[in-house]
Parts: sequence; structure tokens; C-alpha cells
Amino acid sequence: MLIHVGESSEEKLNTFLSFLNPFKDQGLEFEVSFKAGDPVEVILSTTKEKKVDLLIIGALKKENFVKYYLGSIARKITRKATCSILLLINPSKERVSCNHIVVNGLKDPKTEETVTTAFFVGHKLGASKVTVVEEISDDEVSVKVDDDKSLRKSTIVKERLRIREEMRVKAILKTIPGELTKDIVIKSQPIFGKRGYSIGHYAQVARADLLVMNAPSKMTFWDRLFPHDIEHILTELPTDVLIVQ
Amino acid sequence: MKAKESSLGGFVKALPKNMFSGLVVSLIALPLGLGLAMASEAPPIAGVITAIVGGVIVSILGGSFVTISGPGNGLVGVVLIAITTLGLTATYAAIICSGIVLIILGFLRLGKLADYFPSSAIQGMLAAIGLIILGKQFHIMLGNKIVRDSGIDYLLEIPNTIITVFQFEDKGLIYAALAGVISLAIMVFYSKIRNKYLQLIPAPMWIVIVSVGFSYYYQLVLKSPNPISLDYMIPAIPDIRTIVTEIPSPDFKMVGSLSFWSSVVALTLIASIESLLSIKAVDKLDVDKRRSNVNKDIKALGLATVVSGFLGGLNVVTVIARSSVNVNNGGSNRSSNMFHALFLVVFILLFSSELTRIPLSALMAILVYTGYKLASPVIVRKIFTIGKEQLLIFFATLLVTLKVGLISGIVAGLIATFIIHVFVTKSLGLFIKNILKPNVLMYKEEDGSYFVSVKHFCSFLNFNTLKANLEAIPESNDVIIDFSLCGFVDHSVMESVDDYQELFHKKGGNIEVIGLDILGAESKHPFALRRLLPLQKILPDNKTKRQKNLSLVADNFDLSYNPVKKSDSEFLEGFIYFETKKIEHIFNELTEKNGQYRSFDVTFSEGEFIAKEVVRTTMLFIKTSKIIPAFTLDKEGLLERLYALAGYEDIDFKSHKDFSNRFYLRGENPKEIKDFFTNELVRFFESNAYYHLESNKEGVLICNKERIASIKEIKALLDFGIRLNKLINNT
Repeated sequence: MLIHVGESSEEKLNTFLSFLNPFKDQGLEFEVSFKAGDPVEVILSTTKEKKVDLLIIGALKKENFVKYYLGSIARKITRKATCSILLLINPSKERVSCNHIVVNGLKDPKTEETVTTAFFVGHKLGASKVTVVEEISDDEVSVKVDDDKSLRKSTIVKERLRIREEMRVKAILKTIPGELTKDIVIKSQPIFGKRGYSIGHYAQVARADLLVMNAPSKMTFWDRLFPHDIEHILTELPTDVLIVQ
Repeated sequence: MKAKESSLGGFVKALPKNMFSGLVVSLIALPLGLGLAMASEAPPIAGVITAIVGGVIVSILGGSFVTISGPGNGLVGVVLIAITTLGLTATYAAIICSGIVLIILGFLRLGKLADYFPSSAIQGMLAAIGLIILGKQFHIMLGNKIVRDSGIDYLLEIPNTIITVFQFEDKGLIYAALAGVISLAIMVFYSKIRNKYLQLIPAPMWIVIVSVGFSYYYQLVLKSPNPISLDYMIPAIPDIRTIVTEIPSPDFKMVGSLSFWSSVVALTLIASIESLLSIKAVDKLDVDKRRSNVNKDIKALGLATVVSGFLGGLNVVTVIARSSVNVNNGGSNRSSNMFHALFLVVFILLFSSELTRIPLSALMAILVYTGYKLASPVIVRKIFTIGKEQLLIFFATLLVTLKVGLISGIVAGLIATFIIHVFVTKSLGLFIKNILKPNVLMYKEEDGSYFVSVKHFCSFLNFNTLKANLEAIPESNDVIIDFSLCGFVDHSVMESVDDYQELFHKKGGNIEVIGLDILGAESKHPFALRRLLPLQKILPDNKTKRQKNLSLVADNFDLSYNPVKKSDSEFLEGFIYFETKKIEHIFNELTEKNGQYRSFDVTFSEGEFIAKEVVRTTMLFIKTSKIIPAFTLDKEGLLERLYALAGYEDIDFKSHKDFSNRFYLRGENPKEIKDFFTNELVRFFESNAYYHLESNKEGVLICNKERIASIKEIKALLDFGIRLNKLINNT
């Protein structure tokens, strides 16, 4: 389904149809919906109305200062949507092959489903590598590094946390059907750092093609002032992002 | 755990060495303490009290290992202003308050305050303090006491004072000026003379010895009063009983006033900056490569400052020159700081009346030298080579500090740096948008090395995030720092990263910085660009006569000759000789075709700040084909006997009396060394000229005098080396 915000017109419809017709032969059913009003409202209401499973939107890579606090359309939708969302940062006619998928492995009830989705998408798109990133907040490492002794201690604590996280991820991976994981290299990477931010940074460094994240819990304006978790990724989209609801 | 096993036994074993170095340090601390206190217009004894309190408290509670604490150079400027505006007793109260603030900072883990200041601004502020010290004391050194309003006025008066000196009629003043000039000469030329007996006593103590000796010469031999005018002698130093009974009571009446608190802020700021810079520099010198616990040290310094303030002393800070002297004389743990304090107590008990024989002008010469070192043209040149904009920051800070005050100065430096950064990047948004973001990603890769990626920008504003990440990596690991996602990296960061590289390298790790070349190519990155420039090359047609001769020697001995300066000196690691020395570069290298042995000139520095000595010397290095025991071999002299008393052992051979008497041999593993020294080898050493010889298991280092060798000496050295090489490597 294609949602266009604005008055319906013959001309517009023709343009859309010319885009969409090639896919018709591949067995794709589509529907074009025209509605006027506030874009965010319209899109959100339509997704609810029509029980959409996945919403695909294009988004700017970086926001400027004003937009950051007011929020662009894509981001507003992301924050409020009740379905899964795929944010594309540079949509292109030629499909960029998706090789490397980064998925979060946070300790969260949603994670299991997210990881499974990541493997499902990876399997469908023919990705060769999936990295599960466990972000470990610095607060969990209770030892502060002051001198050689505390450094040794903190290294041990970190090693322990790392092993714990890896065990947890392994347990999740076990639940994923084997057919999804075959032909895919699985890597698990624990990172000590700010939650939500590190994974975006990592996806950028690791040149990932798609980042799969848990959907955020409810957010307020304050979360934007003091960004955490997914907000960091929304402010500077490192790659295409799939948010699993 | 190696550290635990050696804790108590090792501590006791190291005590004699630390006592020795504590003694040497106390020799420099005594005149400096008196001088620094007098320069701040506090009673001279205040400086010594500061050193004693600092030494005792910080050695017990501190978190660093080989640092020495006492009255600091940087604080002279601040204390001086505090005393002139608040008066002495209220200043003691301000000192106590700043001690309390320091303790709080320590508990809040904000000890790393100095990290938030750009390094050029700190340099500018220190230079300004140096000029304040130099400007004020220069006149006293030349027997022309004057009183002016600001630091700049004192500086402008310097030519006048020099003219006045030549018009002196009063003999007392002429002698005072002479004492000052001679003392300054001792300070300047001391580091140029490399004599181990002379070097045993630090330059400031030589000044004390010479001037006390001079005074006794007049009293006992000429039977006439000291010719130096009484105004230019140190005022009476109270004996220990008076010090204890007449502790000044701090006056807290001004606590409500703004000037009181601005003094407190300035004292705290400078004390923490000076201490941190010193701790950082001294950690680099530490032979055992330990990491200081900065926050613990700041807490200890704060407590010491509170106590010192109550007892009539000044702020206690970690001091660089004295600490480096401590390291160079074998100080290995905090007990040397304690011993330095105890020796000071002994000096005051025994010699407090003798100290009044020291001319004020001589003491001030030490401070003039200190001030000059803080503001020396070398620093300006170094900053200029980093970038013109750094010079701008430097001078902005310096001028504002001199004209207005310390806090305004550092604030001006901060603002100047930020404006320049915005100007260079042409983007204010880059900084504003990203300043609060956790811009550093660090993770351990599967092969065990660490990857650190920095985003957006990295400057003094947010260096703490990168620093915190680097601190959390054990130094024996390999680290890659990737700046390629960064739009801007400033000079302070580059400098600190360079420090970390050195630290990691010392402990067996490695830091590689990548991604800067991209920034350089975009040419919006002057700081990085300059940092990446290779060492300056000597033009081939610009050879000195010695270099021409060296290339002749190379042909003669069938060696290859390379005159270019190289900073790569890895093969010199592990030699005890260089343990407390910083190698700058090696040059004029003569290498054997197979690389088996080479002779070279090396530039290294020893000590820091006013105790810094830059030495150039010629050495020969032989690579051994198999692992040999580590040892050092020296001519046996008076000093070596003294070292033996201080806990260094000499290995003697029963079958080679002559060798054992003439040579001083030491090493960790006497048995292996004895096996290594075959009859043939012993005979070789007995029958040849003396050289200092040292092995680091993989190679042997041979040197003689601590200066560049002449062509003749190089030939002799090469000849000695070639024959020794044959003997060791059986070729």
C-alpha cells in the first residue's frame, strides 16, 4: 500500500502507477491511498486503520538543529508508530545488496523476536553476516579505574560480564530455526558503552547495511533533550534501520 | 601476582635507596622551599613547613609512587596576589579552604580537572606565572628591591635595574648583586657539566653551600662582617621551638568576601593543574611504570594543604623538578617523599641559624631561573612549530593572565581556543550539536586487540570521553584509535594521544592512530597535519666537519653511515642506563653491513623542568646472537661504593681479584653473570680501556663519557666494540 498525503488527482495516481506497475508482474498487490492532513497523523491513522505490518519511509541521514528538537516527519512517525518500521537513508533504484546486518542483543523481552526477525530478513535478502551487539552499560562495571589495581579488577569484571552476555545471546540464537541461520556467519560483539549509541556507532564502523533494533518504549519530550537508546540512532542514522515492534 | 609477593620485603629492601634519594631531594627542596615562600612574600620557613607536611601526609595517603610534594612554582603567583590583597593570616584561611575544595574534588573524582583545559592555554598560563616570578625576583637578585603594581610593570623595569646595578655605590649592594649573578650562573651551567661527584648535590644546594662557605670565610678567615648588605640576607629563621609555639592562626573573617573566594578558586585551580601535570610527567619517568591514582593523590594533597595551612605553610602540590630528581637518584616508592620531609626536619633542627647566612639575592637567582624555565623561548618555539593558532592561544592566555589575573587568563585561553576551533572548522554546529554525545566507541575485537572509534569531533571539550576509554584498557594491549569519523581533532588531544602511545609502548602495548590522513588531505586540519610531519632531515650537503670525517671512518671500517636524525630507538629499550632518561633521537649512525653492531650519537634528557639536563653522547651497540644475562659493568669508584651501601650489589670474582677490584659489576642474576664472564672475557676487560658496559639480554651497550665522542674516540670505541663482538658472538 502506498500512502500519499495530499489531494487525490489523476496525474499523481498515474505517476505512482507507472512506478508500481513493473512489480505487478511479480505478484505484488498494491493499493494507493490518498488523504489530506497532517502527514504524521495521516500516516499513523492509516497504518492503524489498515493494520499495516511494515511501514517503509525514507529519512534524512542527519537532522539539523531545529528539526532535531521539533522532529522530522519520519522521526515523529517512528516514535509513535505501532507497527514495524524500515527507515531507508539512501533509497536507490538499484537495490544495494545487504551483506551485513547488525542487531541489538539487549537484555529485553523484545530482543528474542528482534533477533529472529533480523535472521529472517537476512535469510531473505541473502546477507552473509549477522552481528549481535550486546551493549553493556558502564554502570554495570561497578569498578572505577584509578590505578593498576582497579584496572585489573575492572578488566576481570568486564570479562565476566562479557561471558555472561555472550551466553545469553547464544541462548537466544539457539531458539532460531536452523534454516534461517544457515549460510550466515554469526558474530557476537559485546560493547561497553552508552546504550543505544554504541550500536549505531558500531554499525557505522562495521559498515553494516542494516541495523535491526527493538522498538522503543514510550517516550516523552525529555527523552529527546537527554537522548538515550533509540533516539541516538534516530538523530544520526548510520545505516538503514529496521525497528521491530 | 608479582606485586604482592614483593610488597613488604621489597619495600624494606628499597628503603636505603629511597633514603638516599630522599636526602638528595631534600637538598634541593630546602633552598627552593625558602625561595618560593619568600617570592610569595610569606615567611621563608612557610615553604619548608609546606614541604615537610606534604612529604609526611602525601607519602602516607597519596596515590602516586615516586612524586615529591611541597610548595609549587605555579602557586607563587597566586599566593603572592592573595597575600597582597587579603593579608597573610587570611591567606592561610584561603589555603585551608582550597585544601578542602581539593579534597571534595578528589571525592567527586574530578581530579582530572586539568584535562578540560587546552594545552596551549595551560602553557600560556604557566609562562605568565614564570614571567611574574622572573619579573619580580630579577630585581631582588640584582640588589634593587622595587615595588610595582602589576607583573608587567616589574618586567618593564628590568632594563632599568640592569642600568642601576652598574651605578651602585654601596658595596653591600654590589656584593648582593654579585651573589645573585654567580648563583644564576651556577643554575645555568650546572647541567652543562657532567661530573658525577658534582651532580650528586643539586645546583640549588651548591648555591647554599657556596654562600654559607663565603659567609664563614669572612667570619673566620678575614674576621670581618659579611660584605653583603643586611637587607639582602634571609631574615631570621625561627628555630624549631619557635615554629611549634608560634603557629600563626588563620583569619577566617574574610570568608564572606568575593576576593577571598576568588583566591580560593585560583589556589585550587593552579594547585590541581600543577599537581596533575607533574603526576603525569613523573609517571612517565617511573622505572616500574606504575599508574598513579590521581584522585587519591588529590585527596591527600588537599588534606596536606589543610594541615599545612593551619601550621603556617602554603599549598601542597606535586612538584615536577624535585620528583624527577627523586627518580634519577633511585627513589622507587613513597618512602622517599617521607624521607625528604624527615631530612628537612633534621636540617631545620640543626642548621636553622646557618640558613641566615644565605644571601636573598642568591636564593632569588634560583627563582629567576625557575621563572625563565617556565616562560622559556624554547616553549614558544615548540608551540609555534605545532601551529600559529596555538601561539595565538598561548599569547592570549599569557597577556590576559599578566594584565588581569590568573582565572581571567585561563578563561581567555579557553574562549580563544574555542573560537579558533570554530574558525578552523567553519562550523559552530559541529561543536554545539555533538558536545554531549558519547562520541567514543570502544570494543574488544576477536583477536584481543581494542578498537576505539571517535566520531564528530575530539577536542579539549570532550577529550574526557576518549580518555576514560583509553584508561580502561590494560596498557599491554594493542589499540587502534580510528579518527576517520571525526571532523576535527585538536592539538590537546593529539598531544595526549601521543602521551598514551608512549605509555602503552613502555608497558608492552601499542596504540596505532588511523584515519588522520584523511583529515589532513581535506586540509582543514592543521593540528593533525603538523603532528604527522616526519622528523626534520639534515640536508646532505650541509654536513659538519665531524660528519664528513664520520663518513670517512665509515669507509675505513667498512660501515654504512647515516647522519639523519631518527626517533626510532627501540633497540635501546631495557637498558638500565636509559631507565630514567628520555631518548629524543639518535643520529650519525655507523652500522655494520649485517647490523651486528653500530655506533651512534644519541640525544636524551634527564630530569624535568629546572632539573632537566639534555645530554648528547656517543654509544656503541652490539647485537648478541644469543640471549645473555643482563648486567652493568663500570669502573669501580667512590660513587659505586656509595651505591653499594645504598643497596646495589657488586658481583665479585674470587679468581679475578684485579678485575673485581677495578670493576663494579651488578645484575639480577649473579650466577648466570658469573658463568657469562669467562676468563677470556675478564682478561679482555682487564687489558683494555674502561668503558661503561651494559647488557639488556639481547644486546650490549658501550659508552664512555657523557658527551659526543671525537673521531679518535669513535675509532677507539669501534675497535673495542669489534673485538668484543668477536669475543661475545664468536665470529
